[in-house]
Amino acid sequence: MPIGPFGIDPTIWAVLRLVIAVALTIFLVLNGALVQIFLERKIQAVMQDRVGPYHTGPFGLLQTFADAIKLLGKEDIRAKLTDAPFFLAAPAIVFSPMVASFVVLPFGPDFTGVNLNVGLLYLTTLGSMTVLGIVIAGWASNNKYSLMGGLRSAGQLISYEVPGILGLVTVVLYVGSLSMVDITNAQPGPLVNAFILPFAFLTYFIAALAETNRNPFDLPEAESELVAGFLTEYSGMRWGVFFLAEYGEVTVVSAIMATLWFGGWHGPGVDAVPLLGVIWFTLKTYFFVLLFMWIRATLPRLRIDQLMGFCWKVLIPLALVNILLTAVLILAFPDPRLPIAVANWALVALLVVGLPFTQRRRLLRFRTRTRESVGMRDARLAP
Amino acid sequence: MPDYNLSYFYVFVFFAVGALFVTVLLGISKLIAPRKPSLEKSRTYESGEEPVGQAWGRYPSHFYIFALLFVVFDVEVIFLFPWAVLFRSLGWNGLIEMTVFIAILVVGLYYAWRKQVLRWY
Repeated sequence: MPIGPFGIDPTIWAVLRLVIAVALTIFLVLNGALVQIFLERKIQAVMQDRVGPYHTGPFGLLQTFADAIKLLGKEDIRAKLTDAPFFLAAPAIVFSPMVASFVVLPFGPDFTGVNLNVGLLYLTTLGSMTVLGIVIAGWASNNKYSLMGGLRSAGQLISYEVPGILGLVTVVLYVGSLSMVDITNAQPGPLVNAFILPFAFLTYFIAALAETNRNPFDLPEAESELVAGFLTEYSGMRWGVFFLAEYGEVTVVSAIMATLWFGGWHGPGVDAVPLLGVIWFTLKTYFFVLLFMWIRATLPRLRIDQLMGFCWKVLIPLALVNILLTAVLILAFPDPRLPIAVANWALVALLVVGLPFTQRRRLLRFRTRTRESVGMRDARLAP
Repeated sequence: MPDYNLSYFYVFVFFAVGALFVTVLLGISKLIAPRKPSLEKSRTYESGEEPVGQAWGRYPSHFYIFALLFVVFDVEVIFLFPWAVLFRSLGWNGLIEMTVFIAILVVGLYYAWRKQVLRWY
């Protein structure tokens, strides 16, 4: 603990610091959700050649506030058949770990809630606690759509957790620490981890899309087939809490990517003005948030067999290869940066180039099979 | 109070505040929201039809098999984390041991693959 900053007694400072941290986090969660919902609607609108919200306030800026007040004022409906205690607890089970994730995010130099020495492990643990809340919500709703959504979500989240963590482990291997602050300090210059470990980044990025239930992995809440999945029975503010948690989750994974691969708070002018680091960190985080929105506007939803197949047959084997390769190269070379970068970029190329080929082969096989069966039918029908 | 415990006290407070915040939000909602329960409203949603039975029934067994696979690989990952932190001091010995460990699991994954477990339908 710092000995009396601002001339305040250290004991009082410890309490004061905690209060400030908690208040800031709640502010960030609420503010982040408001900003993200507004951005998401506006960006989607621009990409789909629409105007988006524009009636309430300048550029429709107050639309989200209006929506929040509407949600607060809505009747809280709970179906009779639901399992009450779990149904009521589920939003808190999803929300609370998300808030707790903010503790270890390094917003700037000396601007971290707490610098846990197991920071990354802690974040992954909290990330997987979301599954618990979603499965509980799906099961307690006692609705067939909710149950399917909850189970799909469980299947998807637990599957994609493995490549995601394998991507994180590669960075830990390279940096040699689990602390978010140490990982940031390890990449002060422009040569951030993203150039050296792009494949680890790619696996984590894909896994992060799946973990936050974003397109193209939004099967758990697929509107057109499952009527919002595990959220079907939720309405009013209870639904709003899930929504807040989802946007908070997106911020957390974006912050992890910004920290681990893009240097966190580092940027021009941070050494002179430490507070500038917060701005750099926020900009980097929101870059990924915007990337998520772009992807949502671009890609169609995957089928569940494609989703699981891609995770277990492509991502996990390649991520394991990547870890072992990185480990060997770190030990073999005194300055392993270049060899690791070459190996990683080669794996990225393999994935990007190889995937269309395997998909093409599958497609051709499928076509010949269909043609055969059609041929058999025609032969049967022939006189 | 030692610094280490203080860190986890922070974590605990954040958890508590998260739960408290949800409670407060729902409390506000309860105060200002109307409350007019009716039989139709409290019925489970099933596309406008009368719900048929309960939802707590059978569901595809794929989920169970994937959960089993996940447990294996998640435990692997738990072992990978400490190895990755201490990797440089463990050196080649540590790497070889970890390679053997991963190889055993990959054989398991290959077995599951060949057994058509990874096929969804």
